[in-house]
Amino acid sequence: MPVLQYREAVRQALSEELARDPNVVVMGEEVGQFNGAYKVTEGLLEKFGPKRIVDTPISEAGFVGLGIGASMLGLRPVVELMFWSFYSVCFDQILNNAANLRYMSGGQIACPIVIRGPANGGTNVGATHSHTPENILASHPGVKVVVPATPYDAKGLLKSAIRDNDPVMFLENTILYGDKGEVPAGEYLIPLGRADIKREGTDLSIVSYGRAVIQSLAAAHLLQEEHNISAEVVDLRSIQPLDMDTVLASVRRTHRALIVEEQKPFCGVGAQLAFMIQSEAFDELDAPVARLSTVDGPSIYSPPVESEQLPNPQRILRAAVEMLD
Amino acid sequence: MTKKSSATAEGQGEPGTGKPDFAGAPVNAALSADRRILLYRTMVRIRRFEERSLRAYQAKKIGGFLHLYIGQEAVAVGCCSLMGKDDHVITAYRDHGHAIAVGMEMNPLMAELYGKATGCSKGKGGSMHFFDPARNFWGGHGVVGGQVPLGIGLAYALKYKGLAGSCMTFMGDGAVNQGAVHEAYNLAALWDLPAVFIIENNGYSMGTSQARSSAGELGRRAEAYGMAWGVCDGHDLYEVRAFMERFLEMARTKSKPSLVELRTYRYRGHSVADPDKTYRDKAEVEEYRRTKDPIQVFQNALIAEKVMDAALAEKIDAEARSEADLSAEFAEASPFPDVSDIQNDVYWEADNPSQRKSGGRLFFN
Repeated sequence: MPVLQYREAVRQALSEELARDPNVVVMGEEVGQFNGAYKVTEGLLEKFGPKRIVDTPISEAGFVGLGIGASMLGLRPVVELMFWSFYSVCFDQILNNAANLRYMSGGQIACPIVIRGPANGGTNVGATHSHTPENILASHPGVKVVVPATPYDAKGLLKSAIRDNDPVMFLENTILYGDKGEVPAGEYLIPLGRADIKREGTDLSIVSYGRAVIQSLAAAHLLQEEHNISAEVVDLRSIQPLDMDTVLASVRRTHRALIVEEQKPFCGVGAQLAFMIQSEAFDELDAPVARLSTVDGPSIYSPPVESEQLPNPQRILRAAVEMLD
Repeated sequence: MTKKSSATAEGQGEPGTGKPDFAGAPVNAALSADRRILLYRTMVRIRRFEERSLRAYQAKKIGGFLHLYIGQEAVAVGCCSLMGKDDHVITAYRDHGHAIAVGMEMNPLMAELYGKATGCSKGKGGSMHFFDPARNFWGGHGVVGGQVPLGIGLAYALKYKGLAGSCMTFMGDGAVNQGAVHEAYNLAALWDLPAVFIIENNGYSMGTSQARSSAGELGRRAEAYGMAWGVCDGHDLYEVRAFMERFLEMARTKSKPSLVELRTYRYRGHSVADPDKTYRDKAEVEEYRRTKDPIQVFQNALIAEKVMDAALAEKIDAEARSEADLSAEFAEASPFPDVSDIQNDVYWEADNPSQRKSGGRLFFN
């Protein structure tokens, strides 16, 4: 099976959907001539031309709103935010317009837009560029939220997102862009709202998504090697819709849930997960639901300290060991 | 078309002085008598609908806000009367006039105000959020300026699909200082989108006059973006049509955007909740109503043309009042949505379960 970088898998999804559907148009800052700020869209302008690959000015409220408006007439824009952190300057377009248009029109409008880009800390770019807004996005009914952790998932989920008739927020990760993984050469789709068990285990369920899955897998390896603890790693892949069935089934097998998230703890995705796990699997739990989040506070610049602010294998390992003590 | 200054539109003089023969402009000369009467009737229907909605609001039948369009009718009716099949409209929260101007019926509109399941948005949108995509009407938007990027998106899609249409994006004079509006101006000009930005300048952004809110001329800001622009009085339907046609044609045939400012006036406060006592004189309202009322101005024209007589005007008025009353009865008699309806019309996939491809939960209680 071919081995691709995460960014190449995203690019392949874009390329295949551009070729498949003439209504798909990719737009964003530096996506064309510059070949993408993170080289995700490299070569697409040459392949598809300027009608399909559109460089925008730095004007997120303008071009995100434009994409939403165009989607109302049946285009399928895939709009890149250079960083998801910039969602704050187009919040009204995403979360008043894309999220609410269908509702406020009584179901007369669909907005089949995808907004994608990286949303992560860990690259020492400070608080303004390190937001992880999946919880804020997912708390607005009307939008879907996808956070893939691997090249295989990124491709299959993005293709589904582009074909979805609802607005999909697709959160990638600059640190993962260079990660490699097996990606089938042929077409495949991964439905949104299906979690994936990335590692099977018996002693606890680590429930995670995005890059925290990769960190959790590293921690699970150490837990097995150093502590003889068998950790299952459940990758949500999609926050909205949310596959609770897979999460609950895992917790019913292991009887312990450790949520690992690159999120601030207050009102984060983990808070919602913890509520649902205790509510729906209380009798199955041998320990309180545990949660490892980003250390609460704005994202620090200082490189060695930032890596301790985020989930990392050692922090996850300590949380798991503590839970099993 | 080159950049325009105010009063350069063909057949246009300085507002209110020695007006040229707008009725004789080709776009108006081509109107049949029946069509003229229909346009008059549409303006009257808007006004009677809104007056009836105000009474319902005062009787506490309607919740939330009610932003009345009374006084501005010639703008929506004049502009929307120029629409072809690929021309689209989007506006802000003062949207009742545009909804009726594009052909929406009173019943679903009044029912929407009453929050009923028979409303145009099933009681989910309210006064500020009327929609009818089948009539190329894309709302009805509550956040000032927020609809303007959507409007250029509609224009973008038209151009992308190779359709010779346009999108008229209406906004109030209070919207022009929002960043999203300027971002939309820039993109429309940069990408030659078939967009017509229409500032309905009624002089007040809520209770703040234009002089206290906006530097410079509102339309002239287009020059910074290399966009054509113009200013026109908005109370004479013939004048609005004569003025607007060129900008719509420029969008449709040359895919060039423009920014127009139509000077109009609202008789009522910003919303019904606005006591309208703090920022303008009653005399100002009365002066406009006496000299520039758009319905009276057009009625005078049609009577002078002998297209209409006073008896027909009275008949049209009575029919509009009756239609508005009946719409209130329809709304009153209609059911409210159920609590279970709250979670319909949120996700396309949830509304079309047989075609759903995703798994997992979409709702969390």
